[in-house]
Amino acid sequence: MSGVGDAPGDGEVVLRAEGVGMRFGGFAALSGVDLTVRAGERLGLIGPNGSGKSTFTNCLAGVYPGHEGAFAFRGERLGKLSPHERARRGLARTFQLPRPFRGLTVIENIRVPLAYAGRHEATETRAMACLEGVDLAGKAHRLPRELTQVELRRLELARATALDPVLLIADEAMAGLSHAEVDQILALLFRLNEAGTTIIMIEHVMRAVTEFSQRLAVLVAGRKVADGAPREVLAMPAVEEAYLGR
Amino acid sequence: MSGATLPAAAPLAAPRRMGHGAFWLASALAALALVAALRALGSEYAYFAATFVLQYVVLATAWNILGGYAGYVNFGAAAFFAAGAYTTVAVGKAFGLPLLPCIAAAALVGGALGLGTGVLTLRLRGAYFAIATLCLSVVLQTLVVNWDFVGGSRGAYVVRPREVPWPFDSYGGFLCAVMVGLAAGAVAIARTVEKSRLGLGLAALRDDEAAAEAAGVPTLRLKLVATTISGAMMAVAGAPLPYLGSYIEPNSAFGLAYGVNAIAMPLIGGTSSWAGPLVGAVLLASLQQAATVTISSAANLLIVGVVLVVFVCAAPHGIVGLFRGQR
Ligand SMILES: Nc1ncnc2c1ncn2[C@@H]1O[C@H](COP(=O)(O)OP(=O)(O)OP(=O)(O)O)[C@@H](O)[C@H]1O
Ligand SMILES: [Mg+2]
Repeated sequence: MSGVGDAPGDGEVVLRAEGVGMRFGGFAALSGVDLTVRAGERLGLIGPNGSGKSTFTNCLAGVYPGHEGAFAFRGERLGKLSPHERARRGLARTFQLPRPFRGLTVIENIRVPLAYAGRHEATETRAMACLEGVDLAGKAHRLPRELTQVELRRLELARATALDPVLLIADEAMAGLSHAEVDQILALLFRLNEAGTTIIMIEHVMRAVTEFSQRLAVLVAGRKVADGAPREVLAMPAVEEAYLGR
Repeated sequence: MSGATLPAAAPLAAPRRMGHGAFWLASALAALALVAALRALGSEYAYFAATFVLQYVVLATAWNILGGYAGYVNFGAAAFFAAGAYTTVAVGKAFGLPLLPCIAAAALVGGALGLGTGVLTLRLRGAYFAIATLCLSVVLQTLVVNWDFVGGSRGAYVVRPREVPWPFDSYGGFLCAVMVGLAAGAVAIARTVEKSRLGLGLAALRDDEAAAEAAGVPTLRLKLVATTISGAMMAVAGAPLPYLGSYIEPNSAFGLAYGVNAIAMPLIGGTSSWAGPLVGAVLLASLQQAATVTISSAANLLIVGVVLVVFVCAAPHGIVGLFRGQR
C-alpha cells in the first residue's frame, strides 16, 4: 500500500506523549506511556482488552484533565485544554461505541463540527461532501436510528474528520463488522491518510491492523511494552505472551 | 415510540424553511392581529384571560430554551418568574417607573440570575442540576419574605396607573397588548435560537455532551448562554404579574403552579421546537383558566397532572411530535 511516507520517522513530530498515566481510584489504568507520532504516519495501537487504549484516547482528547504526564500536539502543550479546544486544533477522535447525536439527522450531525469550527463557509454543501466521502449522502436526512452498524461507524468517522483533522485517533472503528465492512472502513482510513491525516488506529481486528499500520505500539496492563515495525513487534515474546498467554 | 416501526415518510430532502426576518415579521403580524381581535371583543375578562394565558406562553417558551433545547430540566421556573414580578414591584416603587422599563429591568435581573445559577450548577449533570434549581426557588423566596421594601410576607399592593396609554381603552387592554408583544417576541427568539448555530450546538449537547465536545462544541459556554436567555425571558414573563392582580405576595408569586406549568406545557406541546411550548401553554393555561371560572382554581394542578400523564403515555414527543410523525 502506498500511503504518505511509507517510511515512518522522517516527518515532523505531530504528537509527543510523555509519561502519560491515568488512575481510577487506586487502579492504574495507564502508566508512564511515551509515544511519538510523526506527520502522515499510520500507527497501530494494540493491546488486550482493558490494557488502556481507550483511556489513552480519552487522556489525549482532554476528557481526563487530571491525567499524569503531558501531551505536545504540533509543538504545543495541551495542558488543561478542553476537548472542544483540542478538536478545533485538529485533534479528532472517534468513540469506541458510535455516539451520534440521536435527535439530529445524519447531515445535521456533520453540520455540528462544521458550524463550530468557524472555518467553513458553505456548511450545507461541505457537509454533503463529507457524507459523500463515506457514502452516506443518500441517507443525509435520516435519523441515526435508521442506520446500520457500519453506517453508524462511517457517520462517526465522517463527523470526526469533517474538519480535515491533523491527527485522527480511531478507537476500534471496525469492531463487530463483517469482512467486507472492515474493508470499507479500512479503505476510508487509507483515503484519509493519503489526504494528509495522521492516523492512530486502535483495533483488535489483526488483519486490518497489519494491513494498515506502518508502525505498531503495544499496551499491556497500561504500559507500553513494544513500539516498532509491525513484523518485529508481533514477533516479540512479550507481545505474543500478552495475546496468547491469557 | 421505540423506533421499531418507522413511518416511511422520512423526508429525503431538507424541508425549506422560513428565514429569521420573515418569521419575526410573521410574529409581529400575528401579534397585531391578536391585539385587534381582543380589542374587538372589548371585554375586560377577555383581556385578563388572554394575559393569563400569554404569560404562560412566555414562561413555557423561555423554560424550553434550556429544558427542551439543551435538555437541562429547571425546576426553579417559579423563582425566575417571581424575580421578574418582584423586580417590577421594587423598581416601580424605588424609581416610580411604569411597566415597560420594569420589564427591561426584569430581563436584566433574570439574565443575571440565570447566568449565576449556570455558573454555580452547570458542571452538575441531570438530577443534581434539577435539585440545585429547586433550591434556588427556596432561597429566593426566603429572601423576598424577609425583604420589607417589597412587602415581605404580607405582600404588596400595586396600583394601576390612572391614565391609560394611547390607543388603549383600558389598562387591562394595554397590559394584554404588552403581553401579546412579549409572547410574540419570546416565540420569535426561541425560533431564532432553535434554527441558529446555537440551537444546533444545544441539540448536540442535549444528545451527548462528550460527543459534542469532541465535535468542537464549547458545551459549557453554550449552556451558560442558554441559562441566561432562558432566565431573562422567564423573569420577563413574570414582570407584568403585579399589575395583573394588583396585589402580589411571595406564596403565590413563587407558587408551585408556575414551576409545574413551565415544565408541563413544553412536555405536552413538544420540547424540540418553538411550536411545542406555544401549543402546550395555550392548551393547558386555557384549560386552567376555564376550570378556575367554572369549578375552582384548586383543581388546576390536578388538571395539569392528568393531562401530563395522558400525554406522556399517548404522545411522548408532544402534540407537535404527533404531527411530525417522529422527533
Ligand atoms: N471511567 C473508568 N473508571 C474506572 N475504571 C475504568 C474507567 N475507564 C476504564 N477503566 C478501567 O481501565 C482499564 C483500561 O480500560 P480501557 O477502556 O482503556 O481499555 P481498552 O484497552 O480500551 O480495552 P478494550 O480493548 O476492551 O476497549 C480497564 O481495566 C477498565 O476497566
Ligand atoms: Mg477500548
